[in-house]
Amino acid sequence: MIEWLFGELLAKYNYWVSIILILIGFYAMIAKDNLIKKVIGLSIFQTAIFLFYISLADIGPLPKKGTAPIVSEEMIHMGYVYVNPLPHVLILTAIVVAVATTAVALALVIRLYEEYGTIEESEIIEKERERGL
Amino acid sequence: MIVPIDLALLTLIVIIALVAITVKDLLSAIMLLSAYSFLMAMVWVEMHSVDVGFTEAAVGAGATTAFLIAALARTVRWEKG
Repeated sequence: MIEWLFGELLAKYNYWVSIILILIGFYAMIAKDNLIKKVIGLSIFQTAIFLFYISLADIGPLPKKGTAPIVSEEMIHMGYVYVNPLPHVLILTAIVVAVATTAVALALVIRLYEEYGTIEESEIIEKERERGL
Repeated sequence: MIVPIDLALLTLIVIIALVAITVKDLLSAIMLLSAYSFLMAMVWVEMHSVDVGFTEAAVGAGATTAFLIAALARTVRWEKG
């Protein structure tokens, strides 16, 4: 029972690390006051989700023989199988989207700095409140 | 997937992510994020997804870092508080 539990939980440590990284990124996005730090948190969050998908595609350690999805007769004769290439393709698109998201977020940060002279969220809210009065 | 390499890289990644969101110098945070992306690219090559690995090394560790530094040059370097 205990062995089964450890085997099931620790064999899938990639998913645990992925969840830890998602929570680190989420914490930075919510709790940090600085806008650049929020963008860094967003980047960590996205990369953690990519880690989850690539772990889904992978075949486990060495008793199971997995190799990159590139055509190779020798590897097939040696008993290797390809890892699933579908999540790789999805994540290849997602990486490009992630860079575009970061670029747009940074453009907004620069525009906010030009308008308010600060990149701290609380100071921006304070100045906005002063203008409203 | 090679378990010792995978474990070492993932441990380092979690530590670097925690330090990157903690430091007050934003330039240090950006360089740590670049190191984080590069280690993530190594994890992906080690998990046999080489196409994602080299895209991450070029786009994640290269272009994103350049964008962040360019944004930092137009704003302030130090985080308050």
